[in-house]
Amino acid sequence: MIALKDAPSDARICTMTIDGELVEFREGETIYEVAERCRREVPTLCYDPRLEAFGACRLCVVEVEGINNPVASCTTRAGEGMVVKTRTGAVEKHRKTLLEMVASENRTLDIDPLAGYASQELGDLLERYEVGPGRFRGRRSGTSNTDDKNPFILRDYDNCISCYRCVRVCAEQEGDHAINVMGRGFDTQITAEFGNDLRDSQCTFCGQCVQTCPTGALSDKKALRGSDLPGEIEKTRSVCPYCGVGCAVDILSKGDRVVGIHPAMDGPANEGALCVKGQYAFDFVHHPDRLTKPLVKGADGSFREVEWDEALQRAADGFRAAHEKHGRHAIYGIASGRAPHEAAYSMQKFIRSSFGTNYVDTCSRS
Amino acid sequence: MSNPLVDMEHPDLIFPIGTNMTECHPVAATRLKKAIARGARMVVADPRETRLAKMADLHLQIRVGSDVALLLAMAHVIAREGLVDEEFVAARTAGAGEFLEHVGAFTPEWASPICEVPAGQIEQAALWFGRGRPSAIYYTLGITEHICGVDNVQSLCNLALMTGNLGVEGGGINPMRGQNNIQGAGDCGAVPANFPGFQPCSEPEFADKFSRAYGTDIDAEKGITKVAALNNCGKEGPGGIHAMLIDGENTVVTDPDKRHCERALGSLEHLVVIDLFLTETAQLADVVFPATAFAETDGVQTNTERRVQRLRAAVPPPGEAKPDWWIISQIARRMGNTQFDHFESARDVFNELCSLSPIYAGLDWDRIDKGEYQWPVPEAGHPGTPRLHEGEFKNGRGLFKVIGYRDPAEVIDDDYPVWLTTGRRLQAYHTRTQTGRSAGIDYLLDEESLEVHPADAEQWGIADGEFVRMSSRRGSIEIKVRLTDRSPPGTVFTSFSFASVPVNVLTGSGYDPVTETAELKVCPVRIEAT
Repeated sequence: MIALKDAPSDARICTMTIDGELVEFREGETIYEVAERCRREVPTLCYDPRLEAFGACRLCVVEVEGINNPVASCTTRAGEGMVVKTRTGAVEKHRKTLLEMVASENRTLDIDPLAGYASQELGDLLERYEVGPGRFRGRRSGTSNTDDKNPFILRDYDNCISCYRCVRVCAEQEGDHAINVMGRGFDTQITAEFGNDLRDSQCTFCGQCVQTCPTGALSDKKALRGSDLPGEIEKTRSVCPYCGVGCAVDILSKGDRVVGIHPAMDGPANEGALCVKGQYAFDFVHHPDRLTKPLVKGADGSFREVEWDEALQRAADGFRAAHEKHGRHAIYGIASGRAPHEAAYSMQKFIRSSFGTNYVDTCSRS
Repeated sequence: MSNPLVDMEHPDLIFPIGTNMTECHPVAATRLKKAIARGARMVVADPRETRLAKMADLHLQIRVGSDVALLLAMAHVIAREGLVDEEFVAARTAGAGEFLEHVGAFTPEWASPICEVPAGQIEQAALWFGRGRPSAIYYTLGITEHICGVDNVQSLCNLALMTGNLGVEGGGINPMRGQNNIQGAGDCGAVPANFPGFQPCSEPEFADKFSRAYGTDIDAEKGITKVAALNNCGKEGPGGIHAMLIDGENTVVTDPDKRHCERALGSLEHLVVIDLFLTETAQLADVVFPATAFAETDGVQTNTERRVQRLRAAVPPPGEAKPDWWIISQIARRMGNTQFDHFESARDVFNELCSLSPIYAGLDWDRIDKGEYQWPVPEAGHPGTPRLHEGEFKNGRGLFKVIGYRDPAEVIDDDYPVWLTTGRRLQAYHTRTQTGRSAGIDYLLDEESLEVHPADAEQWGIADGEFVRMSSRRGSIEIKVRLTDRSPPGTVFTSFSFASVPVNVLTGSGYDPVTETAELKVCPVRIEAT
């Protein structure tokens, strides 16, 4: 049996059978959640664990003993004694057909992984089920919005499959309700109010719609600038450099360049959320204004670039001279609220251990 | 924050005051939006109709700097209506008797003309707060950047104490820290009153501990604040500051009274600045060192909920840029200071901090790998402390403070008849050294403007898009006008982000006597068409 780990003591624990194996679950969980925990790899397209289950794509259908038709596992609660099969020939065939139909609607199925966090989901499923647009090739739904010149979010709705994850993440996760669905059938279109550009809507450019899009219909324009750079995309877990919330991010880099940012879905402070600054305001890192050499000011008041040795010596000599001339209370250190602990710790240690004073502060008073 | 961020999804009554959270801490605000979607009620106190205020069940559009009056009147109503959590007050607090007697005099009718909101609204806010199970307080610099910043915070503590909202899930007093590691810089002891881990400098026990650890005698008294240090720059005789090391702060743009700052730093015999860019402050330096940035630096930072997380380098720094700790260590070593000899990596520095700080005693570089700990973590194996004050207060009992209202340092008069308040905007961070150098941000916000109520504009004879001259007792700037009813008539707003609109030429009317935090949120000004 697959037992539950870390179940809260107040939850009622039940059992069910998934693909012949007895498993425990908490009352209230959906079949999909239980199956996921048992690593059944039930395919989905409209599912984002942070959002209310939607039941639109029907890929997650499973067979439940005693129920005639397959049920959507994401919206069906698991029940005591339920017997579920996730991979019968019938459901797999059903999934394959659905995927074929979905694929037939899109202009392109080959999406650059820089497009967004979830951008490979459709492509991966097509590969797994070995299907393409084949039989159903024809009319497509959604029209790309090429007029919106915003620099962050590419709105390539030719590749939209109407899973509404973007609309739902904007409403449920962000509470912004900037975009919605207009029209039906082949005329279904994701749009901001009155068809406006996103800038003229409630959109805050947090990028959540981009990161949840499973097809690249919404893509990260900034990250895609790095498409042609050579090398593999590397991910490095870090923390956003802006406000104090401490959102965990994955820095995407190619070679020596930061090309984009992904919100860390398991980030403890942000649980996958980011704002416009954390998502898009990263290229100061490679800005030509960055200082690359130590600078020393000459008698004429202008700076010149020097070697580290000279600059460090000049810095040290200046502090020593001030100390000798004016005493140890004449020197002050200001630490940064932006640099890491090691900077602040070293700053206070520098002042305390060099001069024996507590003449150190941060920028927290302004 | 007393409570973890995740608790923001669970209050019954949400009370943000002086915090423009959807712009300044947008990701934290998403949690409040979820709480509201689940049925939580929200009362927002803010002079401006922020996005958060628009979402509130009740917006108390108080006059800038009148927070203490509002909070006294709310406490009055809570006491009068029998909404005091008697059990909590008896078991865990001290000074309640005097406090409750004190607030007896401060009715909503008394506060109403000071706060410029109807008494009925104050009454309603107090009833909701008093009945919330739990009620949670969130605040930012709108509370602290006043001459009465400490009074404001203590008034909020009084409210939380009298209603028993500390140490409970979904409640608490929650300051939202504005910078990625401002909490961490304090944790590290980069403040004049505390050694690392908030061990007070003024207690000989801790001065001895650090004197031994650092191999030199350290004063057993707190140092002066940055504000005092800037005042003393270049001063002859004892007390004068003549050399400074500034790491990653654009002091002359972010601090109040810009001219004063420039004069102060300009009068130093020796100024060394470590930064990413040649900022306005770095330009005044004798030596400038290039530091590594986000994505280039291995290190640690602590967020607003006291969560200790790892930063990791993804790419090499440009040119010869080096980590701040390395630069500082090298300067120290060249001064003959041997205390930095053993620092070879960020890990060494962080582990030394942990060894000297009781709140980090259970942490080290490897243990924080996944960012799961919130301090205090008193020993290895301790799970951390997501929620403070559960069951007991560290210092015994929660103390009520008797606080009276006082006016801001400067109030409006015939010469300066308009309230200016300052803050941030979503798309710009501080002085834009970073957001201003990131492609695309300008598409959303390319210039600063002054938010003026249309009624004021009509009276002053100015139109949307025109430039005006805005003057305070310290200086004047020119700024473009944007008409909006976000601020009430008689109050204008701008951010401090754009160098072209150096609003801190105007600010700096006064400082909190305890923290020496500047009153950046209140500045009487005069506005004239140009």
